[in-house]
Amino acid sequence: MLRWIAIIVLAVGVAGTAAWGYMEHQEKNAILIQAENTYQRAFHELTYNIDLMHDKIGTAIAMNSRERLSPQLAEIWRLTSDSLSNVGQLPLTLLPFNKTEEFLSDIGEFTYRTAIRDLKKDPLSDKELETLENLYTQAGEIKDELRQVQHTAMENNLRWMDVQLALATEDEKADNTIIDGFKTVEKKIEGFAEGNIDSSISGTSSEDHKYENVTGTKIDEEKALEYSRDLFNIKQKQDLRITGTGDGADIPLYSISYNDGDKSAYLDLTQQGGHPITLLVDRAVKEKTISLNDGFKKAEEYIEKHKFEDMELLNSSEYGNVGIYTFIYNQNGVRVFSDAIEVKVALDNGDILGLTANNYYLNHHKREIPEPTLSSEEARDFVNPNVDIQEEYLAVISNDLGEEVLTYEFLGILGDDTYRIFINAKDGTEEKVEKLNGKEINYAGI
Amino acid sequence: MTIKKHIFIIIICLVAIGLQETYNPNEVDAFTNQIIQRGSTGDDVIELQARLQYIGYYKGKIDGVFGWGTYWALRNFQKDFGLDIDGLAGLKTRQKLVDASKFDGKWVHTQIAQGNDFTYYGGTPLSEQTRSKKSSSGKGSSGGGGKAAPPQQGAQNTANNNNEAKTERTTTAVNVPQGFSQNDIDLMANAVHGEARGEPYEGQVAVAAVILNRVESSSFPNTVAGVIFEPRAFTAVADGQIWLTPNEKAKEAVLDAINGWDPTGNAIYYFNPDTATSSWIWGRPQIKRIGKHIFCK
Repeated sequence: MLRWIAIIVLAVGVAGTAAWGYMEHQEKNAILIQAENTYQRAFHELTYNIDLMHDKIGTAIAMNSRERLSPQLAEIWRLTSDSLSNVGQLPLTLLPFNKTEEFLSDIGEFTYRTAIRDLKKDPLSDKELETLENLYTQAGEIKDELRQVQHTAMENNLRWMDVQLALATEDEKADNTIIDGFKTVEKKIEGFAEGNIDSSISGTSSEDHKYENVTGTKIDEEKALEYSRDLFNIKQKQDLRITGTGDGADIPLYSISYNDGDKSAYLDLTQQGGHPITLLVDRAVKEKTISLNDGFKKAEEYIEKHKFEDMELLNSSEYGNVGIYTFIYNQNGVRVFSDAIEVKVALDNGDILGLTANNYYLNHHKREIPEPTLSSEEARDFVNPNVDIQEEYLAVISNDLGEEVLTYEFLGILGDDTYRIFINAKDGTEEKVEKLNGKEINYAGI
Repeated sequence: MTIKKHIFIIIICLVAIGLQETYNPNEVDAFTNQIIQRGSTGDDVIELQARLQYIGYYKGKIDGVFGWGTYWALRNFQKDFGLDIDGLAGLKTRQKLVDASKFDGKWVHTQIAQGNDFTYYGGTPLSEQTRSKKSSSGKGSSGGGGKAAPPQQGAQNTANNNNEAKTERTTTAVNVPQGFSQNDIDLMANAVHGEARGEPYEGQVAVAAVILNRVESSSFPNTVAGVIFEPRAFTAVADGQIWLTPNEKAKEAVLDAINGWDPTGNAIYYFNPDTATSSWIWGRPQIKRIGKHIFCK
């Protein structure tokens, strides 16, 4: 009897311990993941901030007016402080990383001092401009190095918890890519001279207004299905699924989708007028057989067929076997950046894989565009004299206050970079300066 | 030191030169018939960049991606040669360019395959225009070439040419959307894969679009990483599923979202109605349902 009681008590005890142990283990895991996530966030934010900072410094170099430069410098200052805080959250205490931190605070101090100064009375001196250019190059090198570390870390699924462990145990032999990468960054900065002290399209207005260009009468589901067969480019009555949107939607839509095994498609149509907002076709894209330029012709044909008129190509890019094209509206020779649509074309056979016209329907309307007050020559005087202007257009963009303004758009080169600069056609305000990139070293290819 | 010996050496030299010529055909990789425009990638772009560099118009890296630098170089070339200035490498432009420049396709592709830092200016021996990546990564940034090693020039050239058989045709750069790095795209692809890998394609684009809408929104962090790793924001992040290796579909979905596709209609929240435990989320104004997720404001 006593023996049985003992067995039962022991059994319950063992089971209890096991359960308790398991729960502890689960909790520990959850906490580990959470700690890891915090490190990951700090790390990815750091690389992103440095990249952004590099871009902003590059843009600042091409700016001309005080009104733009001061906020830009303040923005760089904010990014240095963000980056420093990110560095502070990484488990790098045992790793010499102070040079990088000093470098960041140098940039911060320089930009802070220049940002709060009245640049109208006391503009940037040549020496300061040179400093800015140096900082630009150096930030570029650090950015490349960090992006490389980031790529390796993600490709190999490296954990910051392991870095922490490796650093804590001071295991000299431990070959930790992250640690090595950060050491390289630090070395790069040591080598620098001691003398140092943004939607993807510009001008897209920020959504907060009603759809300007959705016209027509309300269509029923039958009609919507008919339109969608045309847009999907399918003939027979396939199993199309259709649903309406809920009350959270900015505009009532029908969502239509179908799936026939190796191909599926999705479409958003406005209930009023049946305009296509989003089209997405998903299928495997084979070897490329047509060029980006041929794809452009297909895209152009497609949008003309679907009643988008006077659109011109702004940008085209090849990603794998897919071409992505951005078109903007051109009203009598004036480019309207906010009325944009994007088209995605498969470069294996020229099929349309996607269309997004949200911005177009949100913003497009006939505008009263005034005549420019300034001549193009006068406007050029407001551009940084170091920028070598190559192309010019008249363009309508929304400025920082969200108002649409008529501007001269200049595309120009400074150093190795290309900039898009908008000068207000009425009073010469430098409305927007953008550094154009769009390509990057292929990290996977090295 | 007989005359015979001298003649023999001269003959050997001539033969060697002859061999070199056959090893170095100028027009190995002629342009294909396509019109090349900004944003294109691949071999034609490599040739375009190399040829423009040969005659001094293009000063950037020969990386096979037709970016802004190549665009301006091409336009300036068209301007100087009396062609229509459209920044497109069409038939006429390519013909003029081929006439005006040389292109050693094997050499260029070998440099790319070996990952060397190289340039392709006409009038300078090729061997002076290349540096191996590994040897230069020390202090770096000491500007191009200038190393004096003329005796080995010929030898190096043939060595490179022999290597060319296994060249893999890749470009050393890739297109990325304005303001994003491949790493940002990869990180988002991780999140999308972790959150929505069983979903239809548009459902994956939708999740990526929500991440971007949050970056834009003033009530969320301002970076992709900040949004993704925000505590308790995404279940896949909290339970570690984000570290599953994403497939190409997830990446494509992210790219579409970045390029402007947003099937959610500006949603900043979404949830799975079967598993959602918070009653708060049900109170949000719903926009639509895609796959298993309900998207809301």
